[in-house]
Amino acid sequence: MNMHSNERDTEFAALLAKVHAMGRDIIAPLAAEVDRDARFPREGMQALRSLKLLGAYVPTELGGLGLTLLQIAKISEVLGHYCGSTAMIFAMHQIQVACLVHHGMSSDYMRAYMRQLVTEQRLVASATTEIGKGGDLRSSICAIEIEGDTFSLTKKAPVISYGVDADDIMVTARRSANAPASDQVHVLVHKSDYTLEPISGWDTLGFRGTCSAGFILMCQGNVNQILPTPFSEILGHSMHPTAHITWASLWLGIASDAMNIARSFVRNEARRNPNTPPISSLRLGEADAVLQTMRNDIHAAAHEYQALLDGDDADAFSNFGFVIRTNNLKLNASRLIVDVVGRAMLIVGISGYRNDSKFSLCRHLRDAYGTGLMVNNDRILNHNSTLLLMQREG
Amino acid sequence: MSVNKVREILAQHGRLSVPVETLQNDSDLYGAGLTSLATVGLMLALEDGFGIEFPDSALSRKTFASINAINDTVSTLAAR
Repeated sequence: MNMHSNERDTEFAALLAKVHAMGRDIIAPLAAEVDRDARFPREGMQALRSLKLLGAYVPTELGGLGLTLLQIAKISEVLGHYCGSTAMIFAMHQIQVACLVHHGMSSDYMRAYMRQLVTEQRLVASATTEIGKGGDLRSSICAIEIEGDTFSLTKKAPVISYGVDADDIMVTARRSANAPASDQVHVLVHKSDYTLEPISGWDTLGFRGTCSAGFILMCQGNVNQILPTPFSEILGHSMHPTAHITWASLWLGIASDAMNIARSFVRNEARRNPNTPPISSLRLGEADAVLQTMRNDIHAAAHEYQALLDGDDADAFSNFGFVIRTNNLKLNASRLIVDVVGRAMLIVGISGYRNDSKFSLCRHLRDAYGTGLMVNNDRILNHNSTLLLMQREG
Repeated sequence: MSVNKVREILAQHGRLSVPVETLQNDSDLYGAGLTSLATVGLMLALEDGFGIEFPDSALSRKTFASINAINDTVSTLAAR
């Protein structure tokens, strides 16, 4: 048993080494260009495909790598070191895959699709938010219309990250034309069955390579492309925790990279003046303590979720305490990344502020400010403040 | 019948998008529009109405998923 898990650990360490090498050789050299041009990081995504990483969370029985959520989080973190946008696309894809793996195994269609996802290394995007709903995932205006075995759906999506470059999209909608806004289903639609009419572009401060433009999505499919579980349950069990854990992990990667840049800068200073330790080394110590808080917070949340996934209490995912802690992870990590990168910027000084220096931290800082907005922190805080009223003990 | 009282409280505090009378005892309340904010008001009203306190372990979606689910929890807590 132990030997088996040791073997798995060694295998994963080898995979991580490959991800690092790919990050260094392929992803990082293009990160500035992807950011400048706000273009899809196709070379990096191709490299991820070559390592079969788009099927990383798909169980081995369906041909995937069968990695755990903890391992997916670790890969997200590693990618964050090299390019925030590439890491974000990887994470967002895995969130969709987690929804399929956790809620689609009982469906022949979904199992066959997951096999196909692995073989073709298909990239899955998400259309959850809707124009007119102001970022609220838990209600929809659009509804699927079923006729016989097929359905059709039109959704006005303010953002579909990498929508143009995806192979499939998972969409939320009301169950039927007369269902209440909160009675939602989660459907998988394929590129050959949808059209995307652009309604807004993606020229933003950070995460520019995610190409999260807005579209009117028009699609159709067979009714077996509707996940059997209601979306409200998919959200609590899978989408919400997986999103916050993988996002926070890649933010940790961005923050760690900023710290590495600051460290190498301070080291250069120390080399130049061997007799006086640079004053910025104190700041480095402070920043490192903040980074550790961030890392520990993610570690705790990721392990708690993995334990729930490994357990057999499906109700545990909806316990309000767990929901609050997952929300707190997002709130904390999105603040701490800004804190850490800001500190790194102070340490590095003007070289970090320059776009054209090898110590540049501009992209890190711009990406960092996006984290509080993607699912706005105020919305999350509002949700938590409500749930906290019900709790007796923290 | 506590289930009638549950229905009454739900009608007052559930802020559902459909009338409670149209719901079966096993209908999915989240599908009927129960939000987390409304769940707070509902829980507090149930506590007052039945003279009970929900322990943290009962605070999950499942507890409020249907009229039957609420009634089961309320009955168990009231019997203590």
